[in-house]
Amino acid sequence: MTATVHVPGGSMPAAPVEPRKRRASKVPYLLLLPGVAWLLVFFVAPMIFLASQSLQTGSIEQGYALTWHIGTYGDALSAFHSQLFRSFGYAATATVLGLLVGYPLAYTIAFKAGRWKNVLLVLVIAPFFTSFLIRTLAWQTILSSDGPVVGFFRATHLMDLLRSLHLVAGNDLLSTPFAVVMGLTYNFLPFMVLPLYASLERIDIRLLEAGGDLYARPFTAFRKVTWPLSLPGVVAGTLLTFIPAAGDYINSKLLGNTSTTMIGQVIDGQFLRVLDYPTAAALSFTLMLAILVIVAVYVRRAGTEELV
Amino acid sequence: MAETASTGGDLHLQSLTKQFGSFVAVDDLSLTIPQGSFFALLGPSGCGKTTTLRMVAGLEEPTAGRILIGADDITDTKPYRRPVNTVFQNYALFPHLDIFENVAFGLRRRGSKNVKQQVDDVLELIELGHLARRKPTQLSGGQQQRVALARAIVNHPSVLLLDEPLGALDLKLRRQMQLELKRIQTEVGLTFVHVTHDQEEAMTMADTIAVMNNGRIEQLGDPASLYENPVTTFVANFLGQSNLVRARVTSRSGEHLTVDVQGTTFTMPRARCTSESDDIWMGVRPEKIQVNATAAGANTILGTVTDTSYIGVSTQYLVQLGFGQELTVVRQNDGAPILRPGQEVYLSWEPAHTFGLDARQDAKAGVEREEGELVPAGDAS
Ligand SMILES: Nc1ncnc2c1ncn2[C@@H]1O[C@H](COP(=O)(O)OP(=O)(O)OP(=O)(O)O)[C@@H](O)[C@H]1O
Ligand SMILES: [Mg+2]
Repeated sequence: MTATVHVPGGSMPAAPVEPRKRRASKVPYLLLLPGVAWLLVFFVAPMIFLASQSLQTGSIEQGYALTWHIGTYGDALSAFHSQLFRSFGYAATATVLGLLVGYPLAYTIAFKAGRWKNVLLVLVIAPFFTSFLIRTLAWQTILSSDGPVVGFFRATHLMDLLRSLHLVAGNDLLSTPFAVVMGLTYNFLPFMVLPLYASLERIDIRLLEAGGDLYARPFTAFRKVTWPLSLPGVVAGTLLTFIPAAGDYINSKLLGNTSTTMIGQVIDGQFLRVLDYPTAAALSFTLMLAILVIVAVYVRRAGTEELV
Repeated sequence: MAETASTGGDLHLQSLTKQFGSFVAVDDLSLTIPQGSFFALLGPSGCGKTTTLRMVAGLEEPTAGRILIGADDITDTKPYRRPVNTVFQNYALFPHLDIFENVAFGLRRRGSKNVKQQVDDVLELIELGHLARRKPTQLSGGQQQRVALARAIVNHPSVLLLDEPLGALDLKLRRQMQLELKRIQTEVGLTFVHVTHDQEEAMTMADTIAVMNNGRIEQLGDPASLYENPVTTFVANFLGQSNLVRARVTSRSGEHLTVDVQGTTFTMPRARCTSESDDIWMGVRPEKIQVNATAAGANTILGTVTDTSYIGVSTQYLVQLGFGQELTVVRQNDGAPILRPGQEVYLSWEPAHTFGLDARQDAKAGVEREEGELVPAGDAS
């Protein structure tokens, strides 16, 4: 790295500082103020509230009091660890599937679409014009037992394949792990495609020509030039898919069954039905920390191996 | 991939044509570039230089015509199989790879042995060995240019294509890099096809220059013969400056041609007139014109100085002739007094320095304007 000396406000320490310059240098901080306030009110404060709640004991009738009872975490984890791991499993699968579907899509839009580029991009985000809930409900219809998708799966023995992989139990697609993962993949696909598109679109086509000129066949040129240069988009897209997918509770609720319960569903239930706030808060916190660790490890690996 | 091994041989372009829609970018171009030569393609912006190179590199498909290296027809060969490498107009270095890996890219793709040794050697040649682990963005423009060159020559291609590789450099660095390029070419002995729109660059570096205009080759030859014997007004104006005066041929006797310019008689060698018609442009280079106080010898005409620009090593004058046309005259500042506007002088030049061109051509073709724009250059790219 080159050593750059950054002096806040842009004035060199040795140079005589005029008062006017001083005042000007405060402007960036003033501009930051709304953002910082927003973070404090809507992120830091709820976080503290949640943390304190996870350390309280009591019941909904007698009220909760802060007793620093760390044991709630252990109890919650031993009761719900399978849902937690399942969530990460589903989210990871949906992320990989999203990448497999999204990369070719983004690649095509960026390099091959020509004047259809903008139309295709609008189509990618078109699902956002209806609500998340409605879109997921639509999948119930799509995957229903008498629908064409199920018919196709049954006719082509894909159903048998899924059954042998334990992704479906009977002869239906709805209310199975398969349906949940499909729902997650579908719902978060735009979050995968858009960052991928942004980084692919920035690649200078002449670099690919240079690759070809230097004896790289098209596939090698992709592997050695396009793919490494699109990695920032891959990292961004996978994070934007994995993180919300891991905490999602709509897809597993509407498309799954009792054995596909994800951690988001558990938290939702503990907060709103069981009214066991400490457990719900402890699970929320655990989920957040786990995601943080996974993301940190992932970014690190991606960062050191390819991006630098 | 053994097919990329350098086989040697001259580069032949045969009736090469490229159309973009109805626009003809390269028009029936035929050329032979001898192996091991330094060949320059010179022409104004948009004349089809890059398009020609891209067809040789395989990045653009010709509409018609063939490309051969030696006896091998490579017209339909994929770019990654051609024994040709390009130094791109904008370098196109891989930003995610360091200098070493950029240079090693071609070698690795071909599964070369001792990549490290070869890369180290070529980095040594371009004097950048100490920066091998830097990223391209951490280099200066001149250094990047050298890396782009190293990345190409390390593969020992049969033909090296250079697309205005010095275009982004400032004048001083450019002159330095020109010498360096020439040195490297002599050292490695590859065929260099160098595209430029800087005529000085082409003249100092190339063995052979092809002057291109509107997708065609106007003239081909070594720098001196192009400069001394331009065959079109475009070449006469584009390579250096020329004075072109309308003249009528009055007699063709033996070796000489006698012409009349508004009542004054001039002679020139018959071999230096490319037109058989009686209407010609009589041409003479500004530095070939002598300025005298009295009429002396043949090819003399009276004029009045209208403008003087002092350039240091020389002074450039505009001298208006009796019938209104102004001639450009360049005189070395060898101690003779500077002429003042309004002064009457006799201009004269050797008949041997006079050339004749067909009068049907535009006398202003290829004239460079103040900002370096060209008058009839077609579209800029
Ligand atoms: N892909 C393309 N589609 C349409 N026209 C093109 C295309 N590529 C080049 N042209 C046109 O072909 C002509 C020649 O372009 P080219 O890039 O070969 O010029 P050049 O001689 O390299 O110019 P410069 O010195 O500015 O680089 C230009 O008029 C340009 O507009
Ligand atoms: Mg060009």
